[in-house]
Amino acid sequence: MIWSKEESLPRTELEALQLARLQETVARVYEKVPYYRAKMDAAGIKPQDVQSLADLAKLPFTTKQDMRDTYPFGLFAVPKDELLRIHASSGTTGKPTVVGYTRGDMETWTDCVARIACMGGATAKDVAQICFGYGMFTGAFGLHYGLEKIGAAIVPSSTGNSEKQLMYMKDFETTLLVATPSYALRLAEVARENGINPKTDLHIKTALVGSELLTDAMREEMHAVWGKDVNITSNYGMSELMGPGVSGECLEHCGMHINEDYFIPEIIDSETGEVLPAGEKGELVITCIKKEGLPLIRYRTKDVTRLFYEPCACGRTTCRMENPSGRSDDMLKIRGVNVFPGQIEEVVLSVEELGPHYEIIVEREGYTDKLTVRVELNKETDSFAELQRIEAFTKNKLKVILGLDAKVRLESPNTLQRFEGKAKRIKDLRKQ
Amino acid sequence: MLAKQLSVFIENRKGRLGELLDVLKESGVNILSLSLADTMEYGLLRLIVDDPQKGKESMTAAGCSCMLTEVFIVKIPHSPGSLQKILKTIADEEIGVEYMYGLSYGGDEACIVVKTSDSARAEEVFTKHGIETTSHCKLAF
Ligand SMILES: [Zn+2]
Repeated sequence: MIWSKEESLPRTELEALQLARLQETVARVYEKVPYYRAKMDAAGIKPQDVQSLADLAKLPFTTKQDMRDTYPFGLFAVPKDELLRIHASSGTTGKPTVVGYTRGDMETWTDCVARIACMGGATAKDVAQICFGYGMFTGAFGLHYGLEKIGAAIVPSSTGNSEKQLMYMKDFETTLLVATPSYALRLAEVARENGINPKTDLHIKTALVGSELLTDAMREEMHAVWGKDVNITSNYGMSELMGPGVSGECLEHCGMHINEDYFIPEIIDSETGEVLPAGEKGELVITCIKKEGLPLIRYRTKDVTRLFYEPCACGRTTCRMENPSGRSDDMLKIRGVNVFPGQIEEVVLSVEELGPHYEIIVEREGYTDKLTVRVELNKETDSFAELQRIEAFTKNKLKVILGLDAKVRLESPNTLQRFEGKAKRIKDLRKQ
Repeated sequence: MLAKQLSVFIENRKGRLGELLDVLKESGVNILSLSLADTMEYGLLRLIVDDPQKGKESMTAAGCSCMLTEVFIVKIPHSPGSLQKILKTIADEEIGVEYMYGLSYGGDEACIVVKTSDSARAEEVFTKHGIETTSHCKLAF
């Protein structure tokens, strides 16, 4: 089922709608947001210069730094009393980034998430357990409203206390799980430790995972522990743009459909800022064209992905983005090679003798970078030859995928740290 | 007669062996013999204990990767050449020795713990040549 008619408009109609909304948004921010007006004036651009979608490329970018510089409300296009909600990022470095929603924005957000939930197989009959933290983080609320709109019964269990999560899941016969992929795997692990078989004792049919990269290997691992018939789809978003609901995967599993009537995506070369043609890999840039409170223009997401415009078998005409291969920020340059943690994860998950958890350590020895991947042994053995085979096999796979040598360090099960929210698996010791 | 050996994966880091032995101590499992083989990064700790099942359970509960392996505890007289003689017999029968280590408890006899490439055939060979094997629990201490 397709939730909104805008998801399957003919491309020409969709693009006409995008252009009209883009022109309206640019005119509005120019008038209402002095920071944007100054930026556009500096670039020599007036709202009337936006005559086609291609003209979008003339507009200046917005970055997280712009949000910090205008903290808290400097990029808002409405007075504070029109807001219904204010969220903020955790802000590990510097000031948090603040986002706000008007009543209209709340409706848009709800519609966006209802679409992606529906795309992932959610229905009014679902009991949906939301294992995202409720609070200043937008993830839980976004999924909450969207699923409620669809008519699902919401269990707002938030994060933490995995045993209790599993008790709800079992007793309420939860059919839909919202979590990060690593927490979904962690829950299955805790279930088995407590004698619960996720496949037979629980009732999960649909998993909407987000807020963290879902690799193919992770998806396979999820199928292995939660059951092969469970619909697992990833969805994408970020607070600055809206929260969850920017894009989501349909059951064809061929990328995440972007809600293009609300967001215009572009792919740029993150070093030069130049727009790249469809199908090429680069940094995702998003322009919000139906936001009232915080309509960001050409926001640099730092996520690295590709866009595909071919029609999808599901019937939607909106473009699809590949699962981001990583953050342009997280990208590690090791001995001159670009490495995304997701690639390492893919390898770790594909080796069946290893557990799903890992830690990446990058050090500098003299003038050379050294990459070490700590992994957990998931197989009992009394054979050195077997241990050496696992080590060599993993090392070789890393070499093939990354194009560089890594050291593999086998560890006992349950040695590495577990994460319930976003996982922090990288230790880059070169900066110290 | 086969005996059960507790085989534990061990990371090569300071204090780790002590931690593992502590687990056994806490659960009251007595060690009769052990061998530790290692590389720079990790090793395998092989133990003959008085209660292998309990040893495995406590090690697993402590988050270790461990298993029970079937090995032979071969009795050998405390006299020059006796170990060599047994090994020659095994070699002549074309049975491989994956690893072995000693288990001594004083008295006139010693034991070696042997992991062979083929337990079933090794069993036959030992019987045929009158080589005595024992399971750990029958050792007199
Ligand atoms: Zn589709």
